[in-house]
Amino acid sequence: MNEIYLDNNATTKVDEAVFEEMRPYFCELYGNPSSMHFFGGQVQKKVDEARSRVAALLGAAPEEIIFTACGTESDNAAIRSAIEAFPEKRHIITTRVEHPAVLTLCRNLTKKGYRVTELGVDGEGRLDLEELKRVIDDDTAIVSVMYANNETGVVFPIEEIGAIVKERGALFHTDAVQAVGKIPLDMAASTVDMLSLSGHKLHAPKGIGALYLRRGVPFRPFLVGGHQEKNRRAGTEATSSIIALGKACELAAQYMEEENTRVKALRDRLERELMALIPNARINGGSAPRLPNTLSIAFEFVEGELILLYLSEKVICASSGSACTSGSLEPSHVLRAMGVPFTCAHGSIRFSLSRFTTDEEIDTVIRELPPIIRRGREMSPFGREFLASAG
Amino acid sequence: MWDYTDKVKEHFLNPRNVGDIQDADAIGEVGSLACGDALKLFLKLDDKKERIVDAKFQTFGCGSAIASSSALTEMIKGKTLDEALGITNQEIADFLGGLPEEKMHCSVMGQEALEVAIAKYRGHAVPSHSHDHLHDEQEGEIVCKCFGLTDGFLRKVIAQNRLHTAEQVTHFTKAGGACGGCIPKIKELIAEVLGEQVEEARKKPEKLTNLRKMQLIQDVLEKEIRPQLWADGGDLELVDIDGPKVQIAFRKACAGCVSSGYTAKFVEQKLRDLVSSDITVEEVEG
Ligand code: FES
Repeated sequence: MNEIYLDNNATTKVDEAVFEEMRPYFCELYGNPSSMHFFGGQVQKKVDEARSRVAALLGAAPEEIIFTACGTESDNAAIRSAIEAFPEKRHIITTRVEHPAVLTLCRNLTKKGYRVTELGVDGEGRLDLEELKRVIDDDTAIVSVMYANNETGVVFPIEEIGAIVKERGALFHTDAVQAVGKIPLDMAASTVDMLSLSGHKLHAPKGIGALYLRRGVPFRPFLVGGHQEKNRRAGTEATSSIIALGKACELAAQYMEEENTRVKALRDRLERELMALIPNARINGGSAPRLPNTLSIAFEFVEGELILLYLSEKVICASSGSACTSGSLEPSHVLRAMGVPFTCAHGSIRFSLSRFTTDEEIDTVIRELPPIIRRGREMSPFGREFLASAG
Repeated sequence: MWDYTDKVKEHFLNPRNVGDIQDADAIGEVGSLACGDALKLFLKLDDKKERIVDAKFQTFGCGSAIASSSALTEMIKGKTLDEALGITNQEIADFLGGLPEEKMHCSVMGQEALEVAIAKYRGHAVPSHSHDHLHDEQEGEIVCKCFGLTDGFLRKVIAQNRLHTAEQVTHFTKAGGACGGCIPKIKELIAEVLGEQVEEARKKPEKLTNLRKMQLIQDVLEKEIRPQLWADGGDLELVDIDGPKVQIAFRKACAGCVSSGYTAKFVEQKLRDLVSSDITVEEVEG
């Protein structure tokens, strides 16, 4: 099956070169980097190299990189560390459109007596920095704002936010899981204190992430019980995955330009042609700065899961902004925060491209999607009314 | 990805009876765009106005909503109105080879639309249940504001489907799936309905066929009892059912646990409450 995989914000294909890089570290070079013997030592060297590669992509120093198991762990570690390091401060600021890794943690912390402010967004998914200025105070321990939104691709003005945060002396964390590899980063010149990234979003395997921790920022480890990662994250290193992440970061730097030219052009063409072919569609976050690879598009009068199932029949993989599971029957928290009208909030589809996406694949989607939307609308009582009135 | 049966897939890929009936005798509408799903059902009756000779639907919703609507229209054709009213949401799900529990609300929506259509045709008040923002003739008290669901409707679904947890109620009706504010009230309703059921059972012991009883016992073990044991690191296995005698073997933390005798009693009480009062539970090595 030749799947057309346009769900790269969910996870990505492991690059073959990344896989080759990690392959020897399972059955042959399986030593523990902490061991005293040569056999562990050679793995240690590769882990160091990986750390330097990750650091290079971020414009950071190698010792500012802590390997973790995933983006979620990095997020949890960052926020928990900040509140433990400043126990007298009881206020946390985040946004309503964060990934659940951050949002759930913050909401849980309200039960422990923390004040949490969730910044709102406008109809295009943009933050209001005046609101941030109003709510931040000397009690604020940490501000955690994602770099780019996973559902809409909307990019936040991280350095402007950081400047406000620094003025108040709070720590600044950003969940950059979707941004790393797509947006050039330079931590040396940044206001960010901590940054989360995840391997499987940039063509490394699942189960590996990293936390950037600015030198001098106080840190309290999330996992204890070992000296690894300079006592900042206990547990034997996932050597093969770390080595894979290093290679993936090296490749990401090489492909960054392509992401922002060829991939972006594909996304723009997909967006343009779908908008031209399908009436009553709208782009979520269309006028905000966005990631080059993401298109969140809403179709009125037709339900998202149905669109995905019909696309899936054509081996096209995308995702929906609404989860029609009864666990969360409401459209996604991101679209709701943006106030996307309910006539189309349930019909939002996200296409997320990668450097492996081809012209032909985009052609196929442009060909297959319009009849699917039409069919869905013909089945729907609201869609029929709309089609009848549109003639 | 949902684990849809082939039949569900077949019905959402090739739905039967999509469309409308110009001179329909009865039309039932439930749901809304805001709710995320909606169904409009059209019925055509024979000359004697007894039997359904044609049925068509329009549905806004996910794959299983389309499949449930398609199944419903197939099931009611040729039936009298009373026969059609006897169809339960479980039967709609069964027709499709089952639905994921999270999607059971789709089958409930089908049953609802049918009730609304027939009630309106007969000039009765529209049933007091529907998550139906199109009609305002609702009775009862709204329990779930997000989806506009009344206590009467929730009670009925809880009783018919023997629901025991708030999560199940969300899966079957969506109530509680948005803001969650109504969950405490849903829990109260479950307790009330369950209490009534136990009362009922005491008064007139339901005549269960052996097959049905075995199914129920397995159901209660799977859905009620084992999850509770898992929480404590234990587990059990059903070894045999012989009439009212149920044999179980304990596993993991429960095996050899000093209080396993107590646990066996707990299992027995649960089965007596929920299935039949003559059940005895025996622990065996297995
Ligand atoms: S009131 Fe029931 S989910 Fe909000």
